[in-house]
Amino acid sequence: MVQTLGEKATREVFGPTLARLCRDGLDIVCVDADLGFSTSAVKFGQEFPERFFAVGVAEQNMIGVAAGLASCGKVAFCSSFAVFSPGHCFDQLRMAVAQPGTNVKLFASHAGVVTGEDGASAEALEDLALMLSMPTFNVLFPADAVECEQAIEAAARTDGPFYIRAMRPKTPIIFDGSYKFELGKWPVLRPGKDVTLIACGELVVAALEAAETLAGEGVEARVLNASSLRPPDKDALLAAARETGAIVTAEDHFIHGGLGGLVAQELAAEQPTPVEFVGMTRYGTSGTWQQLLEHFDLTPASVARAARNAIARKSG
Amino acid sequence: MTQAQGISNEELADVARRVRAHIVRMTHSANSGHPGGSLSSVEILTALYFRVMRHDPKNPAWPDRDRFVMSKGHATPVLYGILAEAGYIPAEDLATFRKLGGKLQGHTVMGKPAGVEMSAGALGMGLSFALGAALAGRLDKCDYHVYCLLSDGDSQEGQTWEAAMSAGHHAAGNLTALIDRNHIQNDGYSDYQRFDDEGEAPDRPGGWVMPDGHTANIMNLEPFEDKWKAFGWATTRVNGHDFEALTRALEAAREDTGQPTAIICETTKGKGVSYMENNPDFHGKAPSDEQLVQALRELGFEN
Repeated sequence: MVQTLGEKATREVFGPTLARLCRDGLDIVCVDADLGFSTSAVKFGQEFPERFFAVGVAEQNMIGVAAGLASCGKVAFCSSFAVFSPGHCFDQLRMAVAQPGTNVKLFASHAGVVTGEDGASAEALEDLALMLSMPTFNVLFPADAVECEQAIEAAARTDGPFYIRAMRPKTPIIFDGSYKFELGKWPVLRPGKDVTLIACGELVVAALEAAETLAGEGVEARVLNASSLRPPDKDALLAAARETGAIVTAEDHFIHGGLGGLVAQELAAEQPTPVEFVGMTRYGTSGTWQQLLEHFDLTPASVARAARNAIARKSG
Repeated sequence: MTQAQGISNEELADVARRVRAHIVRMTHSANSGHPGGSLSSVEILTALYFRVMRHDPKNPAWPDRDRFVMSKGHATPVLYGILAEAGYIPAEDLATFRKLGGKLQGHTVMGKPAGVEMSAGALGMGLSFALGAALAGRLDKCDYHVYCLLSDGDSQEGQTWEAAMSAGHHAAGNLTALIDRNHIQNDGYSDYQRFDDEGEAPDRPGGWVMPDGHTANIMNLEPFEDKWKAFGWATTRVNGHDFEALTRALEAAREDTGQPTAIICETTKGKGVSYMENNPDFHGKAPSDEQLVQALRELGFEN
């Protein structure tokens, strides 16, 4: 088993991190659409009430108000669930944020099938595709709460549009204080030469566990954490393709339009390599988040199986 | 920094006449664009930029400037025409409108040129942005005012009413919405009442296509003023081509009474060019060579 350091939902660090950064002197504001308890935005609002703007259940307006605040020099965060934002407000993100490049940061929680009991309508499986379709958006999907805090700080300190994807359940903490998130970097979490497992979000743990399983079979799997979907780490990706010759992507999102699509496109252009995709292929349902990961095959076993398939497809 | 505070109504009318000439020339030169809803907004923008707003064409990023947010982002000809008259851009740039390599795109783009506050072109987005700017001003204790220009079509988008509700909720007294209420939109007539001579409209609710191909009763906005009131706004209704009435309403709206203000400007689409007036065909169509000559003649320019 992969060693973990307790459990925490990535969404829990949002409000406290904004408050810390605002205390540090960043000109942060937060626009909220009635999900501040769930996204932890209220933790910021309690400390900085004059910088917290509730707009009701109105995500289109939330994005527009944030863009207006950003146009006056604010570091404008907003938060919601991923099904609502970008789900309700793609055009607003495109027109008021992506095209002009306003300094708006969208923190979207409850992404992926791990949203759980609320069922299919609440499980965003298309949000990465929507956000990655806009080339000016930085798109981040941190693997745990430690990385999420650093990703929020990077977004706050870097001018321009950011999307940060977060999850509802308390997932394992896998990084300690020495971990360093870097925009555009896919850190190697485990070295290997036979195949590369590229994962994001909670499936990084599944990739690490799959690598242990494969090690027992004599297969050395490299594991990359692709938390920075845009900008992606092309160097790490191409090195992995060159040095291991087989790739697996793993994500709690539809296999088209997200990490898998991004990896496949880069490789097709620069370094054609067998790629196997672990991810969602149909809409979700209700259940506990652990049950749903099993039900939809987002498991260490399916990542290991995909790795064997990718290796089998290597030529020569 | 308010420029030309003491400008007379006659001088304003002359600016408006030149802006109208810019509008017909730009759309003719581009062979596309939106003259009708630009012509209906001319007096509104002229009053703002030449009498009411605190702004500095030489310093478009001045933090304390009043903001003008154009939600009806298709009506760029009037905005670019005003920016040229006010000194933000050279008049020769207007000839590059909608052209590859030019400086002026078909719909508004934030910062292009400097002085354009927001990207628009999908309707319904301006009021939220304007509210954000107003809230930032209050947070920063800046006394600037934010103006947002909306169209009939803007007023049908759900986001406009999300923004209206939250502006009332946040008591954004430094925000004013101006609605260019010309009653005509892309397909025809937003509400047919204003144009209905035969008394046909009351019997035919819900929208229909007229023999000439225009759609009538696309969406009735009335009782329009009551809608804004119900969302917590102070309201007033003026003739949107009357500088005196516009000035009174705009000056009153600058007083921060703890309420945002909606000024419903009753206007004529295509105002000032006879064949464009109240003609839905010129919502998004350029004048021909002959039509340009006629328009300029009617505006008092030989060509």
